[in-house]
Amino acid sequence: MSSIKIPKPDELISIRYTSPKTEWMDTPVDFRPGTWSYSGAPKNLTSLDMPNPRIWQPSDEDWKLPPNWQEIILDGMKERLEKYRSFRLFMDICVRCGACADKCHFYIGSGDPKNMPVLRAELLRSVYRRYFTTAGKRFGRLAGARDLTVDVLKEWFYYFYQCTECRRCSVFCPYGIDQAEITIIGRELLNLVGCNINWVMEPVANCFRTGNHLGIQPGGIKDMLEFMADDIEDRTGVRVDVPINKKGADILFVTPSGDYFADPGTFTCMGYMMLFHEIGLNYTFSTYASEGGNFGLFTSHDMVKRLNAKIYAEAKRLGVKWILGGECGHMWRVIHQYMDTMNGPADFLQEPVSPITGTRFENARSTKMVHIVEFTADLIRNGKLKLASRRNDHLKLTFHDSCNPARSMGLLEEPRYIIKNTCNNFYEMAEDTIREKTFCCGAGAGLGNDENMEMRMRGGMPRAMAVREVVKKYGVNRLACICAIDRATLTSLMDYWVPGVTVMGVHELLGNALMMTGEKERTTDLRGDPIGG
Amino acid sequence: MNLLISIIVVSGLVLLAAGIAASHTASYALTVVAPYLVFVVFLGGFIYRIVKWAKSPVPFRIPTTCGQEKTLPWIKNNPVENPSGFWGVFGRMAQEIFLFRSLFRNTEVKIIDGRPIYGSAKWLWFFGLLFHGSLLIIILRHLRFFTEPIIPCVNALSAVDGFLEIGVPALYLSDVALLAGLTFLFLRRVIIPQVRYISLFTDYFSLLLICGIAVTGLLMRHFFPADLNEIKTLAMSWIIFSPVVPQNISVVFYIHLCFVFTLMAWFPFSKLMHMGGVFMSPTRNLANNSRMLRHINPWNAPVKVHTYEEYEDEFRDKMKTACLPVEKE
Repeated sequence: MSSIKIPKPDELISIRYTSPKTEWMDTPVDFRPGTWSYSGAPKNLTSLDMPNPRIWQPSDEDWKLPPNWQEIILDGMKERLEKYRSFRLFMDICVRCGACADKCHFYIGSGDPKNMPVLRAELLRSVYRRYFTTAGKRFGRLAGARDLTVDVLKEWFYYFYQCTECRRCSVFCPYGIDQAEITIIGRELLNLVGCNINWVMEPVANCFRTGNHLGIQPGGIKDMLEFMADDIEDRTGVRVDVPINKKGADILFVTPSGDYFADPGTFTCMGYMMLFHEIGLNYTFSTYASEGGNFGLFTSHDMVKRLNAKIYAEAKRLGVKWILGGECGHMWRVIHQYMDTMNGPADFLQEPVSPITGTRFENARSTKMVHIVEFTADLIRNGKLKLASRRNDHLKLTFHDSCNPARSMGLLEEPRYIIKNTCNNFYEMAEDTIREKTFCCGAGAGLGNDENMEMRMRGGMPRAMAVREVVKKYGVNRLACICAIDRATLTSLMDYWVPGVTVMGVHELLGNALMMTGEKERTTDLRGDPIGG
Repeated sequence: MNLLISIIVVSGLVLLAAGIAASHTASYALTVVAPYLVFVVFLGGFIYRIVKWAKSPVPFRIPTTCGQEKTLPWIKNNPVENPSGFWGVFGRMAQEIFLFRSLFRNTEVKIIDGRPIYGSAKWLWFFGLLFHGSLLIIILRHLRFFTEPIIPCVNALSAVDGFLEIGVPALYLSDVALLAGLTFLFLRRVIIPQVRYISLFTDYFSLLLICGIAVTGLLMRHFFPADLNEIKTLAMSWIIFSPVVPQNISVVFYIHLCFVFTLMAWFPFSKLMHMGGVFMSPTRNLANNSRMLRHINPWNAPVKVHTYEEYEDEFRDKMKTACLPVEKE
């Protein structure tokens, strides 16, 4: 936790959904500590050839913008209106019915009307109208238009970095207007004049150079994976291989670096390694493509492509047949909806077929990348794994659908299938908070930093409260998810709102239950906690 | 403030219409020139907007998925909420357009006992659908003024619409429904503080304008009966391109016409274009099949990447120390 004080849970929950007395166009943004993120460090911008690297903070009066910043932004808007139908359409067709308003976790948690997706979008629409529509040019404010001023830019920054691109609003919008799309473009525009946050820019810069967000160098990756192999041996008595950069492997495995960097992600990673060992999969990790996640998505479309390019490039270099991807949320938005379009066609790979079951993953026949829960669910279904679900009897589990797998893929049943086969105590949260209506952890899209903690706790509140209900009802003590950001951020969220609930990946659950050939009798789970009821 | 201006503008239109009724030249402009002008602006504007949207490509396949995707054969997928092909998308769009599927999901959040509760909130869906449905019926009913002989199904529609036979002439259900829908949407916008906070002039104005059209229409039908033959003669004269200035037509009709023309001329340049836009929304009208079929981005341009060679050049020694294979020794 940072030194910025955040309110206690019982203070924070007294949220008033009232609007300020002044109209929203006359209410300037207040950079209150705990609700925004530090600026991108110049070294990171420089290493990525991004504009206007400088030392500044959002709380500064002077943001040191380039002299022609308005022109840059407006040209950028024009270009994007011509490149993205989504953007042009979403600028035009909103009727302000307000159905999206109380669907946003940041609005529910803060009560700030500018966190209603409709109003967050109006921040940008008002400028669009002023410069790109006849009515806005002629009638100004009456047409809902306003000038692009420094105050407006600051407002954009504050609120576009208070949106986690979770797409929940888009589920409820009668026209499917997606605030994620508006936020992505809004952040692109901000990036044109060098306004970004370090918790995004540092991972991006790291990923570009070292292959992963955390900046781990090749030797470090090997050490971490070896260390996990030691832990696996300690718990199970089985020594698993750690293939890295191996040419001639059948499958390239790519997972978010969070999975091999810190607990509780590491336990999930151990689960993957145990599984691959047990089924005798000929796979490899890569140090060059050592990141499944893609913080480019929180920067710009171009940056998504720049970072994502490594996955296909590495698959080609290593000569694998297809690619398998670990548990991660926004990573899968990129892989599912962007990768093939941006960096394909992957015609040097083969249509994915499970070497164990022979199942053809037809749904991935073009992109040639399979989600690990699809892969594992197929193994279980075909009876290829021996599972002792009683080893998870010390857990009472609930499952958090991560935003992107839920709303940008529809990967809902596979993780549940694995859970039901590996755990005897599984309880769903309330209907309005799962599947396509799932609530964000409150810290996705690059907002999971400590200085933004109050906003994270506010944004995560709806998720946390849904967990609290199943804790009360069923005594749930473990929250499972298939997202590396979740594994990190939900941990803080639970500590704040629902102490006593810990977070795990689905493949940690699998690792606990997986009966391995030659294993010793297990007395602890992968965390070293005693197993059994 | 936005509400006040909307009321002033709508009142201004009433006065304008009254003025037009009093002047022969102005009547000529309204009944002979304006119909064509307005029609051209409406149609041209509508097409212009659609073309403008269509000219911006859809670089990425970004449907919002609201159900299980099509993956392994034994996992039951949701072919409509998460379509994987044309017919799924067709079903999804049909539900969206005719049944307001997404709005049906609406909930309302309240903090009760220190936690958020998501209550059902179907009223917006109900009245929204009521409003749009009845508006469509009313527009179709008006075809009786523009066809001779009247298209049979239009007559049938009118008969069904007025089947309760309350009053003479019979009260149309769609008129009642439209007013109910409008009243709800308007009151909601004025009363709920959050909705009022986000409302612009255009939001009030559209409602008031359509309300004005409905009220003047009802007045002509039930209170100040308009000469329907005269109106039909006028409407048909537009169709055959020999418009005539009508005689003995009430001021109410002039107001009605003024409202309608304003609405039509304004339509393409306002939020009402959601009517066309809803068909084009990429989060709804695309199949979720981006891993099965490659979606093409027409402007996909090369970007600067960090190649493996550059990576190995920087880390070769470290990789060798860690016994990791390298391309160049």
